[in-house]
Amino acid sequence: MKRYFHHELEDLRKHLILMGERTIDSVRLSMQSLLADDVSMAGQVIALDDEIDRLEVLIDAECVRYITLRQPVAHDVRLMTVAMKTNHELERAGDEATSIAKRARRLAEFGKVDEFFNIPRMGDLALEQLRDAMDSFIAEDVEKALLVPKRDKEVDDLNRDNYVKLTDKISGHPETSHATIELIFISKSLERIADHATNIAEEVVYLLKGEDVRHTNEVRRSVM
Amino acid sequence: MNSVITNQPFVMSDTAKPAAEPAPVHPTAPTPAPASTSATPAPKQEIAFDIQDLSIFYGSHQAVKNVSMLIPAGSVTAIIGPSGCGKSTALRALNRMHELTPGARHTGKILMKGQDLYGPGIDATVVRRRVGMIFQKSNPFPTLSIAENVLVGLRLNGVKDKAFLSKRLEESLRMAALWDEVKDHLNRPGTGLSGGQQQRLCIARALAVRPEILLMDEPCSALDPIATAKVEELIHSLKSQYTVVIVTHNMQQAARVSEKTAFFYMGKLIEYAPTEQIFMNPKDPQTEAYVSGRFG
Repeated sequence: MKRYFHHELEDLRKHLILMGERTIDSVRLSMQSLLADDVSMAGQVIALDDEIDRLEVLIDAECVRYITLRQPVAHDVRLMTVAMKTNHELERAGDEATSIAKRARRLAEFGKVDEFFNIPRMGDLALEQLRDAMDSFIAEDVEKALLVPKRDKEVDDLNRDNYVKLTDKISGHPETSHATIELIFISKSLERIADHATNIAEEVVYLLKGEDVRHTNEVRRSVM
Repeated sequence: MNSVITNQPFVMSDTAKPAAEPAPVHPTAPTPAPASTSATPAPKQEIAFDIQDLSIFYGSHQAVKNVSMLIPAGSVTAIIGPSGCGKSTALRALNRMHELTPGARHTGKILMKGQDLYGPGIDATVVRRRVGMIFQKSNPFPTLSIAENVLVGLRLNGVKDKAFLSKRLEESLRMAALWDEVKDHLNRPGTGLSGGQQQRLCIARALAVRPEILLMDEPCSALDPIATAKVEELIHSLKSQYTVVIVTHNMQQAARVSEKTAFFYMGKLIEYAPTEQIFMNPKDPQTEAYVSGRFG
């Protein structure tokens, strides 16, 4: 029996999906800003971050209100906890994208970047992870969600490889150190975005199956 | 035909004294209340009840103590509190049902849309026609059929037109979300229905005389969860046309169905505010203790 207040669950889902879309847009634009050397896009990313922050506050308020006034159980209470945690993951991913955009702006001051190493590939993977995590939520697809954590290792490996190559570059060409350090941070931001996507996917599994798969062999990722 | 039942003034036409001068529709704000009670309505909100310094006594026992509150029209207001706090007594005062208890008396005023319910010449029967009541235990008349239960109020008031009665019967049962379940056996006894259906039958019976306000005294406490959900859905659907005041000991129900909630304790109104505030961020520590289950 559908109750008169169940539309609030649908509104919550819509807001979460919207927040996912904005975060994906933010990551995509930040990478375009970096790779195309187009600082005008950085402003768009910063504006998106404001919207992501507003959605975070809205979604948290909706969840607390629903928990208080509707006393959800089973799937509905899992949706509340998952929404609040996913909310936070998306907001953090949005912050990382903003950081990338700001660093892209700073990089532009040092002249054209001659090599991005693994950064473009990491950007593609991070975006793919975020999309798949959100798609698994929208489509209620456990299998799709379980694949996201398993791909996180590739992003981690690329970041480690970047670190080695970029620190070698600083050693060999110290005049590039300022720009290269920005690239190290950007690589780390992309690795964090992929981590947030993995966390979201794990929450989706909990929502759909009621099983907490965090830190289990089922989703084992790379270990430093 | 409708004037016999609907929009009837509180005063009987021939024998009663003239009604008192009606109070203004939007009375002046009452004496400033403590910060934890919200007696001042939002701007331009129609008020169903203006309760002014109401105290109710049963003999020497004071069951309700100096309660002032404004109940908005066209919404659901819940009254919560522990057993014996005076919530049912306060509710029953809204249609003068408490007078049926020997030794009951009150001080203070209750204005319904500006008119003093206890003013000189006001007919309590007419008050109860305009302010219907649903009780904790459903009470369809045992000797009457489903249809007769719904129409008993109209028939007692001399309504005989069969077409009118038939139309009102269907309308009332539809409003009570019961029509589809009983339309093919309206002549069966009302007591033959399930508990939840009987309660909805009682609601249909109350609605048949087209009250303006519905009072509900723990209407779901004897019902299973599914029947409770159906009654709550019904309450939600009615509030666009009626004012509903519901007493419930089920806090979760109050949170689900109401726009405003009043917390009573030991006869006093402790806090009265939007339901969201009462359950998410109550101002009074006693309210916080009660809604979070720390009472006692």
